[in-house]
Amino acid sequence: MTETFEKVEDIEIRLLLEALYHRYHYDFRSYAMSSIRRRLRQAREQLGFATISAMQERVLHHPEMLDDMLRFLTVQVSEMFRDPSYFAAIREKVVPHLRTYPSLKIWIAGCSSGEELYSFVILFREEGLEERTLFYATDINPEALAQAEAGIYDIERVRLFTENHLDSGGKGSLSDYYTTGYNRCILDKSLRRNVVFSDHSLVTDQVFGEMQLVSCRNVMIYFDRDLQDRAVGLFRDTLPRNGFLGLGSKETLRFSTHADGFREFVRDEKIYQRIGS
Amino acid sequence: MKDNPNGAIIIGASAGALEALSMILPPLPATYPYPIFVVVHLPPNKRSVLAAIFDLKCQLRAIEAEDKEPVEAGFIYFAPPNYHLSLEGRTHVALSSEEEVLFSRPSIDVAFESAADAWGSQLTAIVLTGANHDGSQGLSAVVRSGGTAIVQDPSEAFARAMPEAAIRACPSAQVLTLSKISTYLQNIENEH
Repeated sequence: MTETFEKVEDIEIRLLLEALYHRYHYDFRSYAMSSIRRRLRQAREQLGFATISAMQERVLHHPEMLDDMLRFLTVQVSEMFRDPSYFAAIREKVVPHLRTYPSLKIWIAGCSSGEELYSFVILFREEGLEERTLFYATDINPEALAQAEAGIYDIERVRLFTENHLDSGGKGSLSDYYTTGYNRCILDKSLRRNVVFSDHSLVTDQVFGEMQLVSCRNVMIYFDRDLQDRAVGLFRDTLPRNGFLGLGSKETLRFSTHADGFREFVRDEKIYQRIGS
Repeated sequence: MKDNPNGAIIIGASAGALEALSMILPPLPATYPYPIFVVVHLPPNKRSVLAAIFDLKCQLRAIEAEDKEPVEAGFIYFAPPNYHLSLEGRTHVALSSEEEVLFSRPSIDVAFESAADAWGSQLTAIVLTGANHDGSQGLSAVVRSGGTAIVQDPSEAFARAMPEAAIRACPSAQVLTLSKISTYLQNIENEH
């Protein structure tokens, strides 16, 4: 009985993902099943549906429910200067290479609500590279992109952001970059001067230019192996020789079909460098 | 590629984990037929040395899992700090940085539930010492999927809250001392 039930649930999940794709062109069909299953169980419970099929029926016929679905399906947990040692390595080991370029493009792929993006902008400003850099911040979730563009965060998170910034080797004080009010921290709009926010899917879209650095951390962990290969293939195409790719601390190219296109640049921080053609 | 193993062990532990795991993991032989997944609550922003410690202590290989790590018998996979560990079918480990569950990431509940989905009745899940309630929901999911549930005897646990909560949630779980759990794991092929 139990085993049969589990299988029915997997069928329902597949059907719901097909519905989202065919109706709205959001493609979660190649996402890692364990996480999708957990999120859809949560959505079913919290949105008050008896079954995932019932939820599918609703979202198929009621576009206003799509935002609810996306909120559950796209993960939005980030912090500024998350893993300070990663940003320290960018500052100490990658920035010296980037300095040799007259102009730079960097891509924060899967930027969610913007914490990672602003960490890079601040780091680049502190290193004197911001003026010559164009930052591309992309995500599939329009709500998250709007949040990223607004650059407003809960004041309670600022203490952590500040500690992270210091630990990452931050040069000024993080408070130089925001004002506060109504329990919120509002990032200085000058930080967005060189940022392009854009809707982009690593699942269905193509590359859009040559980048010297791609940072895509804890985004591809939600993909299955094949989709990870597709996404890394995009990064391989968009990075020129010696371009940099930064991944999350527990992500690796070890299992990727594109492993031969990269070398470990800062091994412990999962910073890779593009080699060959 | 080797055949997928036909069973798996998953262990959750919190306060007092190091000592408890040191009783049950090192005796297992290098030829152990199942993969073992271990979820221990850890401080989020420090590197963990657990896998390194147990790799030295154990005859089995112990590693800290990376995302999409292939699953093989004879390996002990530790959940890394600040990530949830789950099983992507029977073939891969998946990590996620979804929100904390019961203030924990990794969460024992998340790992147990996904292991129950992947392995069903061929899973043995063990809740050890700990000072919170993580693991009881996950253990219930294991029981619902027909798996074997084992809980460390709270009377000998370093912290008894977690095993006690697990027993309340799963009255059918076997309550065993560490030394009995150790024997159980060593004879697992006869137990199934």
